[in-house]
Amino acid sequence: MIKSAKIKIAIASGKGGTGKTLISTNLFYVLQQQNINATLVDCDAEEPNDLMFFNGEKRKSFEVTQKVPVIDDNKCTFCGKCYDYCNYNAIFILPPAKIIKVIEDLCHGCGACTVVCKFNAISEKDVSLGTVTRFLITEHTSIIEARMKIGVFSPVFVIKAAIKEAGNDGIIILDSPPGTSCPFIHTVVRADYVILITEPTPFGLSDLKQSVETLKTMNKTYGVIINRAGLGDNTVYEYLNQENIPLLMEIPFDKTIASHYSKGELLSEFQPELKAQFISMFNLIVEKYGNSSN
Amino acid sequence: MEIAVISGKGGTGKSSISAAFATLSEKVVLADCDVDAANMYILFNPTHEEEQVYIGSQKAVIYYSLCTNCGLCVDYCRFNAISFINNKVEISEISCDGCKLCSRICPTKAITMVDSDKSRMYSGTFRNGKMVYGRLAPGEENSGKLVNIIRDKAKKVSKENNLNTIIIDGPPGIGCPVISTITGVNHVVIITEPTISGLHDLKRTIEITSKFNLKTWVIINKYDLNVEKAYQIEKYCSSINIKVAAKIPFDAKVVEAMVHCKSIIELNPSSEISHLIKNAYTLITNG
Repeated sequence: MIKSAKIKIAIASGKGGTGKTLISTNLFYVLQQQNINATLVDCDAEEPNDLMFFNGEKRKSFEVTQKVPVIDDNKCTFCGKCYDYCNYNAIFILPPAKIIKVIEDLCHGCGACTVVCKFNAISEKDVSLGTVTRFLITEHTSIIEARMKIGVFSPVFVIKAAIKEAGNDGIIILDSPPGTSCPFIHTVVRADYVILITEPTPFGLSDLKQSVETLKTMNKTYGVIINRAGLGDNTVYEYLNQENIPLLMEIPFDKTIASHYSKGELLSEFQPELKAQFISMFNLIVEKYGNSSN
Repeated sequence: MEIAVISGKGGTGKSSISAAFATLSEKVVLADCDVDAANMYILFNPTHEEEQVYIGSQKAVIYYSLCTNCGLCVDYCRFNAISFINNKVEISEISCDGCKLCSRICPTKAITMVDSDKSRMYSGTFRNGKMVYGRLAPGEENSGKLVNIIRDKAKKVSKENNLNTIIIDGPPGIGCPVISTITGVNHVVIITEPTISGLHDLKRTIEITSKFNLKTWVIINKYDLNVEKAYQIEKYCSSINIKVAAKIPFDAKVVEAMVHCKSIIELNPSSEISHLIKNAYTLITNG
């Protein structure tokens, strides 16, 4: 096992529910067992789940905020410049009635309205987008959780703050949000290597293809873990062959695995052969892609 | 009537159940609002009758022939998307939020905004009615805008074709696209599974549906993978007055149906699961 390594590995999948959390938490657990310096960042800020599998001690927590304009009715001349500058339709204005309102849920905090207002009528306040919390799990390992506040337009700012909090030392596992949109991109862009999780079904294949196409345009290196192997069909395997994508690991479909997971138990605690597979996969990735400067 | 099928957690069987609802008997309009991972078209292979370009956002692009390296845009950008790299102003496409401020303040007008126009909305016919679906281009902001466009189109199609029921397959999570999916629908069906993450995500999802005062139902899928946890979910639902419309056991047949590009109702209409789904649908639509 490579103890001094430094690498960021993102665990991702286009389709939801393929086992990102299962892989992230088990890989993290195996590293923990080897006394390796590791941080698991739960970037699935809409539905963070990683912490449920561990007992952690809360060490640090902070709010992630953005700026939102506050318009002073007394100074406002209802000229409509801020309305013109807002690219998110977050300002509502009715000049004849002298009504102006900020629709905070639509505001991205870009500051354009404050820049354009010539009458000093716009100040700014902080609103919360969510929290980032660091939990100490063992002496050498911690989990950083990104948790978006319900109703916020995008989890990206909370995710970025969580990844930043993880720093650059040791092994950093990024449990990514599902899909291939903004939140996924902002997570994997920081990774040295991406592990894509899929299942051998038509839905799994379609979403895998979309993830692979996206990672190609980002020039990322990646491999695939097939979860629930044995269910479904062979098309995912054929695709991996055809595209020359490494199959890193297979986890068989097994009701006992599903049952352990459902209780919040870690698979590698019960299955030594799985633990060994995680270790060899990890060593392979670190040897090839570790110690880079991302 | 609009019925939205959602799930906080991914992979709980949302799409399989939406597909089953869409193939029960009456012809329907099926709207796939999971625009980040649209899958319904794989099962139903709809015809393409209409295609519409969806402009999701804009990105700032710099023309170096006009740039004087003054750095004003670097100072003003709040998304850390603009920086000096090797003494040259660079705009990161990934970090750019499309606010246009840089383009507006640039003294030499060296920055223009370019539309991201790779996302699409399609509509067509499938074997049990009409279908509307969208595909978000990778890296786009998954806002609810495309979802709204799909829902509007689905309503229009439903009127034009006299199809009264719209089945919406929603996205996972609790963000903006989910809120756009459920706003104003007649019924929300949340698909969950008996795992600790399933319950955690269910609670966060119900927080949203109750905020919008929506008629909410829960289906516990694969309940027999952890009977105890399923019972816990049932107890939680009854404590907050939400009805569990069905408890569906795990069956590899559901995956087999998907492999054959069918819903479970089409593959095996007399199976236990098909019966449970039918009953749930009747309960929901009469409720």
